[in-house]
Amino acid sequence: MFTVISRIVHYGFTNFWRNGWPSAATVAIMVVALMGFLGLIFFNVITGQAIASVQDKIDISVYFKTSTPEDEILSIKQSVESLSEVKSVEYVSADRALEIFKENHKDDPTISQAITELGSNPLVASLNVKARRPDQYASIAQYLQVPNLARWVDNVSYSKNEVVIDRLVAIIENVNRGGLILTIVLALIAGLVVFNTIRLAIYSSRDEIGVMRAVGASNSLVRGPFMVEGVIAGVLSAVVSIIVTAPIAYAVSPYFSVFIPGLNIFRYFYANLLSLFGYQLLFGIGVGALSSFVAVRRYLKN
Amino acid sequence: MIAFQGVYKIYNSHSTALEDVNFRVNPGEFVSLVGRSGAGKSTVIKLLIGEEKPNRGRIFFGQYEINKLNDKDLPPFRRHIGIVFQDFRLLAAKNAYENVAFALEVAGRPQREIADLVPQVLDMVGLGDKTKNFPHELSGGEKQRVAIARAMVHRPEVIIADEPTGNLDPFHAAEIIDLLKKINQLGTTVILATHDRDIVNAVEKRVITLDRGRVIRDEEGGRYILV
Repeated sequence: MFTVISRIVHYGFTNFWRNGWPSAATVAIMVVALMGFLGLIFFNVITGQAIASVQDKIDISVYFKTSTPEDEILSIKQSVESLSEVKSVEYVSADRALEIFKENHKDDPTISQAITELGSNPLVASLNVKARRPDQYASIAQYLQVPNLARWVDNVSYSKNEVVIDRLVAIIENVNRGGLILTIVLALIAGLVVFNTIRLAIYSSRDEIGVMRAVGASNSLVRGPFMVEGVIAGVLSAVVSIIVTAPIAYAVSPYFSVFIPGLNIFRYFYANLLSLFGYQLLFGIGVGALSSFVAVRRYLKN
Repeated sequence: MIAFQGVYKIYNSHSTALEDVNFRVNPGEFVSLVGRSGAGKSTVIKLLIGEEKPNRGRIFFGQYEINKLNDKDLPPFRRHIGIVFQDFRLLAAKNAYENVAFALEVAGRPQREIADLVPQVLDMVGLGDKTKNFPHELSGGEKQRVAIARAMVHRPEVIIADEPTGNLDPFHAAEIIDLLKKINQLGTTVILATHDRDIVNAVEKRVITLDRGRVIRDEEGGRYILV
C-alpha cells in the first residue's frame, strides 16, 4: 500500500515536471480562474461595505412636541429600544439639537444671527432610531405612530422618507441577490474552464493511459498520478494567484476608498491573507483533483 | 495454457472479424499468427489481452477465463503477459530505464528488485548504455527493444507481439525476431502476429494462418502460404 502511494506521488511529481508546457498552461489557466475567484470575494466585500455605509445613513427620527417632558421621552426611548428590530436609539435633546444646528451653520452669519435674536430654542427633542435591517423601518414607524403616543409625538420622519427607504431596501436586496447569483455563476465558469483544461491535458495522455493499462497498471495507479498533478497545479496556482493579486489590490485600493469611505481593499486582503489563501488552496486543489479524477475515468475502460 | 474455443467476434452485421476460431497454445511454444491485413490477427490479440470481448465462445489463459474478466480483473491478469506493439507504445515522459521499471512497479515489486532487474534486461536487449535516453532519443529498433525489455522484465508466462517489426527495416526486424527467439529459448511462450513472409519463413516454428476470420491452416514448422 505504502509503495503504491509513494509511487503514485512520485509519478505525479515527475510527470508534472516533465510535461513542462502543458503543466504551465494548466497552472496559468487556474491562476486566472483563482484570481477571478478572489475578485468575487472582493466584489462581495465591496458591495457589502457599500450597502453597510448606505444602511448606516438610513434612520427614522421621532420629533416630540415641545411640551413633552424629558422623562416621557426617555421612557419612550426605553420602550423603543426593547423592540427586537431596533439596533440603536439616540436621544437628541432640544439643546443638543440647537448645538448641532449652530455647528452646522457656523459659517452662515445670517442664520447664526437669527438664532441669537430669537432668544429661545426653536428646535425640538428627537429620537434617532436605527433598525437592524432596512426592511424593518416600516414596522418600527408603525409602532411609533400608535394613538397613545400621539400626545407627545409631533411627527415621525418615516412617512416623509418612506419612498426613499423602500427603494433603498429594494436595491440592497437586489444587489445581495445579484451578487450571490454572479458569484455562483462565475465560480461555476471558473471551475468548468479549469476542468476543461485538465481534460484536454489528460486527453493528450490517453495513449499513455492505454499503455499503462496494457502493462497491467491498476486503475488507482493510472489515475493517482493525474490527481497528484491536479493537486500540484492547484497548490501552485493558489500561491501564484495570491502573489499576483497582492500588488493589484494595493494599486486599486485607493480608488475604491474614494467611492466607498471606510473601505480599504488592501488592508482587507492583508488582514485576511491566511483565510483567502486557504480558500484558494481549497478551490485549486478541489477543482484540480476532481477534474483529473473525472477526466481519467473515461479512459479506464478496457 | 492458452485456448480459443469456438470464438466469434462480430463488429456489426457487415463485418465478422472472427468465425469459429479454435486453437491451443502449449507452454514454451513459439507460435506465428499470420494472414493478410484484416484477416483477424489483431482481433485475436485484442481478445487474448482482454481489450475486447468475443460475441461467442470462450478464451482461456491458465486459470483465467478471459472473456469473463471485468475492468477490475484486467490489470492483475495482464501482469501475467508481456505485450509488444507495432507502434512500440512507450511512455514518452519516461526514459528507457523507467519504461522498463514501470512494468515491475505496477506489479508492486520492491525498489531493490527493480534496480537489480531492469539493467540486466536492458543489457540483454543490447541497450545497457541507453538507459537514461527518452523514447524520442531512440531509433525505431531501439524503441522496440525497450518495449521487449518491458514486456519480459516481469518474467511473464507469455509474450504477445503484434506486428513488432511492422515499423522497422529488415535488418532491425531480424534483430527483434532473434530477440524473441532467444526469449522463447529461455522458456517463455511467444505469440507473434505478423504478415511478413520472410520473418515467418525464417522462424521455422508453428504457424497458424488466418483468412477472413477463420483458421485455415495450423502446422508445425510451417511456412507463410497464402493463395
